[in-house]
Amino acid sequence: MDPMSPESRDPETPRGPRRPPPGAERGPAPGAQAPEAPRPGPERGGGWLGRFREGLARTRQALGTRLDELFGRPLDETFYEDLEETLLAADLGAGTTEAVIARLRERARAGIRTPDALRRALAEILVAILGEPAPLHLSPAPAVIVVLGVNGSGKTTTIGKLAHRFRREGRKVLLAAADTFRAAAIEQLEIWGQRAGVEVVRHAEGSDPAAVVYDAIQAMHARHVDVLIVDTAGRLHTKANLMEELRKLDRVVRREAPGAPVESLLVLDATTGQNGIAQARRFQAALPLSGIVLAKLDGTARGGIAVAIADALRLPVKLVGLGEHIDDLQPFDPRAFAEALLTPAGATSPRAS
Amino acid sequence: MFEQLQTRLGTVFTRLRGRGTLSAEDVDVALREIRLALLEADVNVKVARDFIARVREAAVGQEIWKSLNPGHQVVQIVHSELTRLLGEAHRGLVAAPKPPTVILLVGLHGTGKTTTAGKLALHLKKQGRHPLLAAADLSRPAAVRQLEIVGQRAGVPVVSPEGGEDAVALARRALARCRELPGDTLVVDSAGRLHIDEELVAELARVREAISPHYTLLVLDAMAGQDAVRMAEGFHRAVPLDGLILTKLDGDARGGAALSIVATLGRPILFIGTGERLEALEPFHPDRIASRILGMGDVLTLIERAQEQVTAEQAKELERKLRRAEFTLEDFTQQLRQVRAMGPLDQVLAMIPGVGSRVRGMDVDERQLGRIEAMINSMTPQERRHPEIIDGSRRRRIARGSGTSVQDVNRLLRQFQEARRMLRHIETLGRRKGKFPMPFQQP
Repeated sequence: MDPMSPESRDPETPRGPRRPPPGAERGPAPGAQAPEAPRPGPERGGGWLGRFREGLARTRQALGTRLDELFGRPLDETFYEDLEETLLAADLGAGTTEAVIARLRERARAGIRTPDALRRALAEILVAILGEPAPLHLSPAPAVIVVLGVNGSGKTTTIGKLAHRFRREGRKVLLAAADTFRAAAIEQLEIWGQRAGVEVVRHAEGSDPAAVVYDAIQAMHARHVDVLIVDTAGRLHTKANLMEELRKLDRVVRREAPGAPVESLLVLDATTGQNGIAQARRFQAALPLSGIVLAKLDGTARGGIAVAIADALRLPVKLVGLGEHIDDLQPFDPRAFAEALLTPAGATSPRAS
Repeated sequence: MFEQLQTRLGTVFTRLRGRGTLSAEDVDVALREIRLALLEADVNVKVARDFIARVREAAVGQEIWKSLNPGHQVVQIVHSELTRLLGEAHRGLVAAPKPPTVILLVGLHGTGKTTTAGKLALHLKKQGRHPLLAAADLSRPAAVRQLEIVGQRAGVPVVSPEGGEDAVALARRALARCRELPGDTLVVDSAGRLHIDEELVAELARVREAISPHYTLLVLDAMAGQDAVRMAEGFHRAVPLDGLILTKLDGDARGGAALSIVATLGRPILFIGTGERLEALEPFHPDRIASRILGMGDVLTLIERAQEQVTAEQAKELERKLRRAEFTLEDFTQQLRQVRAMGPLDQVLAMIPGVGSRVRGMDVDERQLGRIEAMINSMTPQERRHPEIIDGSRRRRIARGSGTSVQDVNRLLRQFQEARRMLRHIETLGRRKGKFPMPFQQP
């Protein structure tokens, strides 16, 4: 006799739904992607670049200074070796670093001689990899943003900042506490909700995340919400059952909010190394990601993994998180990022603590 | 990736085979492969450079480039250098002569400090110690609440901040509380902070001064990249570190950053976090991790985990059945359950030498096992013992009962028969060294 003993206290076993929302298995709604409507991107100009550079000041100190020394030297093999080491140290990874240097060699052969021209060429190569600025697509309202990532990447904090930003822009925001797994995750989101002054749809801890999302989308329609932001539990991309859970969550979103713009954002810790590529690839395989949020870029890590991911997967970085303050979330500008990475340290004064 | 290192080196050396002695350039090609593997595992650029230099030295000294199987020997050298770098033997937490032993956890945001605090408390409790947790993360929303819940699950009391207390005052009060309880170990959680945030790092230094921890441990994310060494150095300057806890090793990150920090600071890794369950904290064994890094399997951990699940009698009984080919579906379910109790399947498989590199990054779908178990559970005891009696109508019943299809049941039965035939075959061959068949692999 073998009574089935469901080891449900073990989170490694599938955190399956207890009760699927009505009609949960009807499959994805066709044509869920909305046609692009013009809308102003998150505001730019003003202190934007300044803040961005400020956060990157230490990055520049580390990388820019070295590059500055480098660019003053003749273009021999040692130069390329040192440049290689510098890019590797910024987490660009071996493959992307090799590709960048190969392109730079080509340009050099074409006749670049001055350090400044070389620096510009390098910046252009990085920008070409990073692609155009990719603003969030949130119209026509209501839009849904699903925030994903491995444990501890900064999802909940990012959501708090996003909610605050949208509120300031005059949008009606709703949060969905679909991290029903980690202890006190719901409370954490509620505190951010209070700070930003937005409502949170929540169920009990341990309940089905897809059911939370289902309810949140009904509430979104009923309360005429402009943006619904869904917090999800942190999950390592190697756990098949947890990735399946995301797939289901995505199905619910696209079926219950047909035609609504959906942003599926992968939050990536800027200190992440080469594992970031595997993360992006596996989340991408589970559901269509629309972009990356590069969080915690205010340390000394350079976030070069974003370049490596863009190189491997053509996935744009949409936002960067620069600190713990509720205002510290900014749209990502590839050119500013590349130039900030390469500008000599003296160009801007480092941030005073 | 590291697990590809052997394959990579193999390719390099196959190409070079039959050329007699290898030139200096051949050596460089091999070392370049090693360097790439290290970099892809997030080993710090400078650490990788030094490491390569040492491997080159060791290799030259042993004249391995002239040997018959240089690839194999290089891997041996890399393995022993890795082990040396990671610190030779496992080091545990030593209880302070005058209790309580005080442990302070520090680190960047989101590395897993709070979860690790709970795991550590449970680990200590299982060892018969009397830990106490201090919730000194006053920055992150609901962090105190999280530790309270985690502490409750571990059955360990938690000291939470009261009325406007700061981290320093709270830590001091927790230490006093630990003495009066009396507890023998205090584990202090702290807020995540940047190593360059002078204000918060100074606060950490004050916490340290207030409680004089025996162990200040840096909690490091296995996914950390090149900046980890700078970060660790930053913390080390403010609060001298005694060791590391490496978290989230249950993913596919190789944890090269940890190796870099150990190499730079000369502080050991004490524990590794291998899952979200509170039990998922393991002592760190340098030699085993070096093997895992190189894709050589982690047999010792596997055996340890198996021993926790299987009694000696059970093992003997199973062996008898295997040898007499009496292995039934009943035995199989029991096996299945024991294997699953050892941990997530992909982790268990990754520890088997030769299998590790193949399952790494592969979806191991645990639900397949669940389905198999459901099918077997839907059989009568008679059917389990004599699967040959299962006819068409019984198959339909089993499929219905387990929520699977008749095809699934057919496949299971076919694979079981094959496995049994193989077992019989092995038995006739005697106990010869060979590969054990892997039955019941669903396509």
